Amino acid sequence: MNGQLNWFKGGLLLGAAFLVAVAFVKPIGVSTQFVIADGIVWNLFSDTVVQKNPESKSGYSSSNAYLNKSGGKYAKNIANPINYSFIFVLAMVAGAFLSSRLGGPQATAMDRSAPEVWRQRFGENPTLRYVTVFFAGVLVLFGARLAGGCTSGHMMSGMMQTSLSGYLFAVGAFAIGVPAAILVYKRN
Amino acid sequence: MTILLAILLGIFFGFALQRVGATNPQNIINMMRLKDLHLMKAIFFGIGVSSILLFLLMAVGVIDAGHLSVKSSYVGVIVGGAILGLGFAVAGYCPGTSLTALADGRKDALFFVGGGLLGALIYTLMYGSIQGTWLFNKIAGGKVMLATGSDKFQALLPMIPGTLLALIIGVIFMLIAWKLPDKA
Repeated sequence: MNGQLNWFKGGLLLGAAFLVAVAFVKPIGVSTQFVIADGIVWNLFSDTVVQKNPESKSGYSSSNAYLNKSGGKYAKNIANPINYSFIFVLAMVAGAFLSSRLGGPQATAMDRSAPEVWRQRFGENPTLRYVTVFFAGVLVLFGARLAGGCTSGHMMSGMMQTSLSGYLFAVGAFAIGVPAAILVYKRN
Repeated sequence: MTILLAILLGIFFGFALQRVGATNPQNIINMMRLKDLHLMKAIFFGIGVSSILLFLLMAVGVIDAGHLSVKSSYVGVIVGGAILGLGFAVAGYCPGTSLTALADGRKDALFFVGGGLLGALIYTLMYGSIQGTWLFNKIAGGKVMLATGSDKFQALLPMIPGTLLALIIGVIFMLIAWKLPDKA
């Protein structure tokens, strides 16, 4: 496709992004920020979900076991949304927008509802695509949180560091993902 | 300063994802049904190059090994990976690429992100009742890496010098990237 880098240049660029992130700050990760975003909204409506707590390692604690985990570090980030990891993820959207404006690959009007491979198999009606993708999103983020990371954090950052968990995650994801894709979309 | 870095590094990563074609679900679906391996080649190559440079720069002291953050290995990593893999294959989006796909103007990505927020909320609410189950049984001691690179994390293969092992793995990844066919 026009504007899309080949695997060699694309791989170099992708690798560079992961390398500079760990060189300057820490390995890239995305999926935790979905929890933080949920927590920020939840925190608007609840007085108990995030509380200052001098006895906790992060200085914050939560009535929710997950947000309270690891010394309340999620609770802390919810209380302070202007933190590295959350801003990083927001900035990603800006970076993608910049690339798209500066000669990157473009999506056609039809691509913006559903990719071609979907339209060939399931037709042009976008509603089916939207509903399916919504439930896929539920699965992906639930799975990512159970695994403790997603494609960025586990697979790319993890395998870059030769972390065993990155390999386990990739095996799980592709062992189910490849047969699922072939079953749903067929080979041809 | 940290926030400035977050902005710059986040923009760089988002730019790379868009430019390599990862924000296009067509490319992900075609990778998962083994039809077009362009993205898989880029991923293998990216991991290989960055891993080699990371371990070399750590060995000469340019990159602080304290920046490494190795995630724990437990049963849920495989189970969660499998659940993610199913949604990833059907939608053609993962958490990072769905957000960056919004910048392409993709409306289906918006529904994915909405579902993702719900999935993350369900997990947040469920965690209290599943913590302590077999899902969190550690594998090989938890936070382990294949190559030694940091004092914080245990090495799975301590008999091989860390930098050497990481170089070997990195070269294998680059070879896989080079040898995989583009279209299948």
